Amino acid sequence: MEGLTLSDAEQKYYSDLFSYCDIESTKKVVVNGRVLELFRAAQLPNDVVLQIMELCGATRLGYFGRSQFYIALKLVAVAQSGFPLRVESINTVKDLPLPRFVASKNEQESRHAASYSSDSENQGSYSGVIPPPPGRGQVKKGSVSHDTVQARTSADAQEPASPVVSPQQSPPTSPHTWRKHSRHPSGGNSERPLAGPGPFWSPFGEAQSGSSAGDAVWSGHSPPPPQENWDQTTVRTVASATTAIEIRRQSSSYDDPWKITDEQRQYYVNQFKTIQPDLNGFIPGSAAKEFFTKSKLPILELSHIWELSDFDKDGALTLDEFCAAFHLVVARKNGYDLPEKLPESLMPKLIDLEDSADVGDQPGEVGYSGSPAEAPPSKSPSMPSLNQTWPELNQSSEQWETFSERSSSSQTLTQFDSNIAPADPDTAIVHPVPIRMTPSKIHMQEMELKRTGSDHTNPTSPLLVKPSDLSEENKINSSVKFASGNTVADGYSSSDSFTSDPEQIGSNVTRQRSHSGTSPDNTAPPPPPPRPQPSHSRSSSLDMNRTFTVTTGQQQAGVVAHPPAVPPRPQPSQAPGPAVHRPVDADGLITHTSTSPQQIPEQPNFADFSQFEVFAASNVNEEQDDEAEKHPEVLPAEKASDPANSLRVAKADSKTEEKTAASAPTNVSKGTAPLAPPPKPVRRRLKSEDELRPEVDEHTQKTGVLAAVLASQPSIPRSVGKDKKAIQASIRRNKETNTVLARLNSELQQQLKDVLEERISLEVQLEQLRPFSHL
Amino acid sequence: MAVCIAVIAKENYPLYIRSTPTENELKFHYMVHTSLDVVDEKISAMGKALVDQRELYLGLLYPTEDYKVYGYVTNSKVKFVMVVDSSNTALRDNEIRSMFRKLHNSYTDVMCNPFYNPGDRIQSSGSVSLSRAFDNMVTSMMIQVC
Repeated sequence: MEGLTLSDAEQKYYSDLFSYCDIESTKKVVVNGRVLELFRAAQLPNDVVLQIMELCGATRLGYFGRSQFYIALKLVAVAQSGFPLRVESINTVKDLPLPRFVASKNEQESRHAASYSSDSENQGSYSGVIPPPPGRGQVKKGSVSHDTVQARTSADAQEPASPVVSPQQSPPTSPHTWRKHSRHPSGGNSERPLAGPGPFWSPFGEAQSGSSAGDAVWSGHSPPPPQENWDQTTVRTVASATTAIEIRRQSSSYDDPWKITDEQRQYYVNQFKTIQPDLNGFIPGSAAKEFFTKSKLPILELSHIWELSDFDKDGALTLDEFCAAFHLVVARKNGYDLPEKLPESLMPKLIDLEDSADVGDQPGEVGYSGSPAEAPPSKSPSMPSLNQTWPELNQSSEQWETFSERSSSSQTLTQFDSNIAPADPDTAIVHPVPIRMTPSKIHMQEMELKRTGSDHTNPTSPLLVKPSDLSEENKINSSVKFASGNTVADGYSSSDSFTSDPEQIGSNVTRQRSHSGTSPDNTAPPPPPPRPQPSHSRSSSLDMNRTFTVTTGQQQAGVVAHPPAVPPRPQPSQAPGPAVHRPVDADGLITHTSTSPQQIPEQPNFADFSQFEVFAASNVNEEQDDEAEKHPEVLPAEKASDPANSLRVAKADSKTEEKTAASAPTNVSKGTAPLAPPPKPVRRRLKSEDELRPEVDEHTQKTGVLAAVLASQPSIPRSVGKDKKAIQASIRRNKETNTVLARLNSELQQQLKDVLEERISLEVQLEQLRPFSHL
Repeated sequence: MAVCIAVIAKENYPLYIRSTPTENELKFHYMVHTSLDVVDEKISAMGKALVDQRELYLGLLYPTEDYKVYGYVTNSKVKFVMVVDSSNTALRDNEIRSMFRKLHNSYTDVMCNPFYNPGDRIQSSGSVSLSRAFDNMVTSMMIQVC
């Protein structure tokens, strides 16, 4: 075999490799695993490898002597360069690049190759570079030799062939140690630019040695070096250029690439303190923005980092979030690409967040693609590096607080539409109930009803507020809304069907339910369980059952037929009202029939009933709870009440509340004391006694009188069997009541016609004013 | 699934608009622009004193023969407009509401980012995006066009 002339670099390289393969130090390398791996790492086809082995004589000898080994390596270089494999080519091929070996298993080899190549590349910059400074406790044999090799080769003017760079690039396939190989060319080329972050980087290589950090980019302190898990020589880069090896070392210092070492964490904590002395507090977004802007990363990247690290989406950074963000910035500074999702090791440890955490779904990722609103702070399963419990516990509680705040806020944000009525209607529905933008008449009525009912039942404050608004809105949008709200109205009517509400509370609840669940379905909610509450004679709900049960044989018979036609109206506050109005309502007020007893009774027959005022007043307090039966006598009293009120009530039923004012004067002309009710409040106060009370005491009195009178009636039949005189008296009374009611009926019918006409005219006006109808 | 989703700032300039790329996108832009008038009308119609009561979901703004336009406005007068294919009859009002809700949540997340200046376009550029989560959410809501 001809002599093999090797260049110095080759000489060193080969000897190094030989010594590597020469496990047993017998100066001759048996064809062992290492050699084979080496040749495999050369990425040559198998036949080429065999050819090489044959050429170098190993097959003859059965083992690789040093010379054979060297020849083989040379041939590998030849083959990799594309030259034909011939023995002669060993010496003929000039300037052969060093054989490249993909570091499959042996990092050192590739390191060597890379070091050689990098050294050859970075001759200039390395002139002053000395073998890594002390502190390489974990240096393996390879690294030692590597270092020595490095020292040797540093002075060599090697052929910085670009192919040599490939070993640096090929290793990406290898384990994490070569993770940053994409940076090696950059590491080589951009070492100058990296000089800045270089010192910043250097400490990264010192994790294991525990040496203190160097310089940081913007804070003057270098963050604690990332942990190096494998036998990286801890390099303390001398100020300037970091060698490719160092970069490699440092890059692989993230063993889980995003793990924060203790030193790093301590550094981050210190940084946190400079902004926010309280470690359990937050860094507001603006302060964090300034801080991270100093890192001179592009804003987009910073915002991305923020998106990743602000775990609970509260616009502020807790200690954990801050450390994660800082870590990401550091990584980004050193060339790592930002992950799409927050790495597991960076997730803030949220200990107490059991309920909302979707831990199972996202074992290690922030569910950004998921529901940002919920932002479940899944507990990081493995945070080995964050060993401090004190900040975590506190932070977790705080994060939890922030999260809860956010969640609550987001929930209020998100759930304003999802107020599905609870199955238990007794629970006060206090969450914001969506307000229909286009409240229909029925809706408004329900609102009023609810409101009135809620006075006694649920403290649904939003509902309480709504009617007033709705009343105002109705004026403007009544026609349109009615059209648009038809579907809902149907739902309402169906759900709030009068017949299904035996009790006031029940009706309220039903309406509430339908109201809250109106948008999706128009299914009638199940009748709510009866509420153990005293019925209010003047409360909005009309106790139809009671009315019906008592109405047998009375005038209210007509009422029975009425209710189905009546939309879910807030039940007249006055019990007597319904009975009286039923007949009137049955005439045809579809949705608007004001079932409120008070309203219709408040007919223009005021003069006739002034006498009843006294009576009414006397009975007001007693009979307010009675219903139905009180109609006849009370009616006149009510009729004597303010016409405006009656109209108002009537109007409340109808869509056109504006007519209230119009009809009010007409009623006024009839001689009653006008109560100038503003149409809006009128509409709003449907007929509930409660609303009308503050406005018209008279009215209430009347209604009370009516109720009282009607209440007295039931007793009459009972006494029939007892006393003939009583019977006759009762008959007389009934007849009087009959006449009164008949008169009332006629008056109401007249009123109804007027109201309808006005309504039609108003609708026409509305249509004219609002040409753009919402479909 | 929406065909086009747009986020419009208070001053009525678009912060974010995205359509399915199959169609002439300009048409969607035009529809969104015209729907702004309806949005304003609805806002004003709600009443001056009723800002608190005003519901954020505006509902169907106006339908065309092919599409329906839905609107949603936040308390800060940022408007979300969604164009939905009319043939998609299965899309119910509640679903539209939930979509708007998700939009709103994603938008607030974008706003929470201190690096986002209110009034800037919500855009993604390159590998990192200011609104990656927002984009993803919008993508999930758009019609999946193969």
